[in-house]
Amino acid sequence: MKAVITVVGKDCVGILAGVSGCCAEYGINITEVSQSVLQEMFCMIMICDISKMTVDFSQFSETVNQYGKDRGLCIHAIHEDLFNSMHRI
Amino acid sequence: MLETKDILETIRMIEDENLDIRTVTMGISLLDCIDPDIDKACQKVYEKIVRLASRLVPVCQQIEMEYGIPIINKRISVTPIALLCGACKTNDPVRFAVTLEKAAQEVGVNFIGGYSALVPKGFTKGDLRLIESIPEALACTEHICSSVNIGSTKAGINMDAVNMMGQAIKRVAELTKDDNCIGAAKLVVFCNAPEDNPFMAGAFHGVGEADAVINVGVSGPGVVRSALAKSKDLDLTGVSELIKRTAFKITRMGQLVAREASKRLQVPFGIVDLSLAPTPAVGDSVAHILEEIGLSQCGCAGTTAALAMLNDAVKKGGVMASSRVGGLSGAFIPVTEDAGMIDAARSGCLTIEKLEAMTAVCSVGLDMINIPGDTPPEVISAIIADEAAIGMINSKTTAVRVIPAIGKTVGEELSFGGLLGSGPVMRVNTGSPAKMIARGGQIPAPIQSLKN
Repeated sequence: MKAVITVVGKDCVGILAGVSGCCAEYGINITEVSQSVLQEMFCMIMICDISKMTVDFSQFSETVNQYGKDRGLCIHAIHEDLFNSMHRI
Repeated sequence: MLETKDILETIRMIEDENLDIRTVTMGISLLDCIDPDIDKACQKVYEKIVRLASRLVPVCQQIEMEYGIPIINKRISVTPIALLCGACKTNDPVRFAVTLEKAAQEVGVNFIGGYSALVPKGFTKGDLRLIESIPEALACTEHICSSVNIGSTKAGINMDAVNMMGQAIKRVAELTKDDNCIGAAKLVVFCNAPEDNPFMAGAFHGVGEADAVINVGVSGPGVVRSALAKSKDLDLTGVSELIKRTAFKITRMGQLVAREASKRLQVPFGIVDLSLAPTPAVGDSVAHILEEIGLSQCGCAGTTAALAMLNDAVKKGGVMASSRVGGLSGAFIPVTEDAGMIDAARSGCLTIEKLEAMTAVCSVGLDMINIPGDTPPEVISAIIADEAAIGMINSKTTAVRVIPAIGKTVGEELSFGGLLGSGPVMRVNTGSPAKMIARGGQIPAPIQSLKN
């Protein structure tokens, strides 16, 4: 089972470290990362393996969402099924 | 393999373009709750609803978090209560309304629909009891929605029921006049009512349905408008194609949510309603899609053609995205629930006559329209008859949900708050159809009904 984590916001020190720290804490393995900084805007997409995660995915999603809000970032953690169903026949 | 642009497109739809699931509605059959003793019947109704729907809201909230998609409404539809009323020895249908209200509050849903009667060809004792009780039932409850099907292509139009419903709408508005006449916003009169509709106020659980089902209504006018805004040089064939592609994506999301909700609640998946349902929020308007196609304002000449194309493209795109499609399926045009329609009604560009023409080509009917408080009941009945005739002849669902603004007249406003929105009182033709309505009887089934 995979999930997609997207992070968008003003660039600052420790965004990548913070989000990957959250993943590690809950047993989520990051398998792919695509990241860029455009005109001070940080934009990252992570694909993660959530098959061995230690909490409910909805709980993790809420946690990273809040983590983002506390730091002025927009973070979504969404199950890959959503993207597969919208963009694949 | 997921592509970056697909991921970002989905996130943008949710974050900026108000993409959401409008409703997850659990349909529950109450046929096994019928009892001659109304106390026992109410007890069975309450227990069954709470037993089946107690996890509906938490499961939907879990799905919202996992897929990042807001599910705006969690609702319940039940077997038309008139069927339960008919069996009762005592005539007190409002007891059922109070029971449904209690169950709705217990499980935490936004609305419960099914305080309904199906009378296209005539009344049973239960139907009459229920229709007479609608104004009181809606006035003394908060979460109950009521609907009455007064006609169909197969049966014609029951003009006695049409007469009664004009009076019921007026009465419920009077009873709730201190609360913006909101009772009338929870009452809809149908022709060709679908039995698996997840949208309020018209949702009920048809007798041909399974014991319980999950029906999902999608939304997404903002996504369609935004896609069109980025493609200004397309001709209308291209516009139609773009709407189809967008509707496909929106509906796939609805199908996914329906499947997940069904699996987690262990209730069979019913249908996805391929709808474009607006809200009063900026950027979530069907009228603005029509304006993006190229109208100066919704209601001007060209509106019916643009809406016909939009409605058709939404269905074509959506139908392949879902394994089972049903409900109303198409673009909704509720005036007070759509920011663009509200503006057009205020400016006078959008009139009831134009809305009536639009209902011939879209998914529903005259929806959420404020009319002057002194409109006579027979005029409301005649508006219902006109809409029902459009539905009957064209083999489509039509409906009327008008709100007589008691004590107010053209130009003044009613504000319901929330998704029901607000809007101006619109002008109604004041010529009198009293004699025709007083005749009563049945408009016979049209020749279109003879298909065998």
